[in-house]
Amino acid sequence: MTVLEIIATVVIALGALVMLAGAAGVVRFPDFYSRLHAAGKADTLGQGLILLGLAIPIGLSLISFKIALIILFIFIFNPTATHALARGAWTLGLKPWEKHQGEPRTDDEDDDHGEEDHA
Amino acid sequence: MRTEKSPVIRYVALRAVPFIQLYALYVLGHGEDGPGGGFQGGVIFASSFVLMALVYGYGTGRKGAPEKITDILAPAGCVLYAGIGLICLLMGGAFLEYGRLAGEGASEAAKHSAHHFGLIGIEAGVMITVTASMITLFFEMARDAHVDHGQDDDDGEDDDA
Repeated sequence: MTVLEIIATVVIALGALVMLAGAAGVVRFPDFYSRLHAAGKADTLGQGLILLGLAIPIGLSLISFKIALIILFIFIFNPTATHALARGAWTLGLKPWEKHQGEPRTDDEDDDHGEEDHA
Repeated sequence: MRTEKSPVIRYVALRAVPFIQLYALYVLGHGEDGPGGGFQGGVIFASSFVLMALVYGYGTGRKGAPEKITDILAPAGCVLYAGIGLICLLMGGAFLEYGRLAGEGASEAAKHSAHHFGLIGIEAGVMITVTASMITLFFEMARDAHVDHGQDDDDGEDDDA
């Protein structure tokens, strides 16, 4: 393996690790917003790192330029999509998770928002 | 339930539209020698109008692709497809035999480029029809939901395109 290929392997492995952390977050976090928090950030960085690792051994060429464009668009549109999802959930009345969810609530207006997370 | 408009989504969506449309043309152009083609390109092209309608409201999205224009474009794509095929017939070949577009007794190289030209031509016809059909499908279905919920269009104050 050349030096570039070793660097690329390390970068791709880093990206895979970040994606794994994001996947663990999606499974382990209690509600929609915190899962979105894990998925949105980890996917953006993980995909970026994996694509960067794919581009490194190619060097400067049309293909690596296209990969750079994909990374740029992922870094713009992925957070925007996450933002839109979280905003949509908030608009529809999904309440964020609280630690003492089992206890009876005192404020009555929570009843109109049915989307409770029982995870 | 109305909330404040998100400046982030509006800003990014508006600036994403030209890139989506450019990418649709890229997919169209690479249909010959890679994944892609007229149908996929058309769907991607139509998705830019769907994005505008989702973010800026039904009316603003429909303004970009008025009913008059999509109603003409949907059959026009079919006419382009069939027209290229019929021209091949008129030139003495079989239906969609693009090589004949180069003319009688043309060189192999000319036939080859005529083949590419014809292929891109019919793919463009497919793309035009698919784009117009997808836009029509989306807006016809969205119109009912639009009426049911009585949502007003947020014809943007900040339409700075």
